[in-house]
Amino acid sequence: MKIGVITFPGSLDDADARRAVRIAGGEPLALWHGDADLHSVDAVVIPGGFSYGDYLRAGAIARFAPVMGEVITAAKGGLPVLGICNGFQILTECHLLPGSMIQNDHRRFLCRDQVLRVENAATAWTTGFEADQEITVVLKNQDGQFVADRETLDRLEGEGQVAFRYVGVNPNGSSRDIAGISNERGNVVGLMPHPEHAVEEGFGPGLDGRTVFTSVLEQVVSA
Amino acid sequence: MGRIVVDVMLKPEILDPQGQAVRGALPRLGLDQFTDVRQGKRFVLSVDGEVTETHLASAREAAETLLSNPVIEDVVNVHELTTDEPEQAPITGAGA
Repeated sequence: MKIGVITFPGSLDDADARRAVRIAGGEPLALWHGDADLHSVDAVVIPGGFSYGDYLRAGAIARFAPVMGEVITAAKGGLPVLGICNGFQILTECHLLPGSMIQNDHRRFLCRDQVLRVENAATAWTTGFEADQEITVVLKNQDGQFVADRETLDRLEGEGQVAFRYVGVNPNGSSRDIAGISNERGNVVGLMPHPEHAVEEGFGPGLDGRTVFTSVLEQVVSA
Repeated sequence: MGRIVVDVMLKPEILDPQGQAVRGALPRLGLDQFTDVRQGKRFVLSVDGEVTETHLASAREAAETLLSNPVIEDVVNVHELTTDEPEQAPITGAGA
């Protein structure tokens, strides 16, 4: 049960993501941005950080890395793909997920424990949660404000593609309190907060993040 | 050596936090007549020789695919940079 975690120049949560996979019971495999090969992994995590220094736009240059061509093809074929923070930004730049992320409305970098509501517990990365379950994970970003046009937002809500929503406070001005979304099929999920930072006692706000990784492992086993 | 300018702006309906920060700073300089500021990006693409229609077409393609994200941004201008324009990219690097 191999889960690939891609490293780009400027990725910084790739090691944490691999660790989260291991703690959840999977086998993490490091994937390299310049290698157009997914090495037969069963799922892919695109981790957080500042790929290519966030130059141009967050995720804009990473989107054209050799490995991403393979990710786009595999994602369209149903491979589970999770984009966390900068990874979410990369998935929107690839147009695997709709909308985009711009700078936080208050213009500050933010780092806090954040409560989220699981809006859709049927995606490849959320089946271990109950619908409407509230979880706490870490949120840390500068460009975390999710934006999309009204028609897209209506479609996301109407089709159940809002995967996670901010609870209690909207930390960055994101449209309709959206923290994470999925594609129509449910195999591709992107979220701004960091589940990989909530997988171990004593490190982070709890263990809620583990379920994201155990969910996909169970999916792959039963597939 | 020819140059092509590509200007990219956030779509009007998208909040511009950078522009808001600049707008907030202007009154501190005593410049309080500006009601809004929008900040964009300018790219200057250099080519060998004269700028041709083919160069301009390629520049438009670059503008739509990499230099802008159509979800949040508009390409507002792609044109040849002529010497009678005030803005000039510094000539550096190979071929300068």
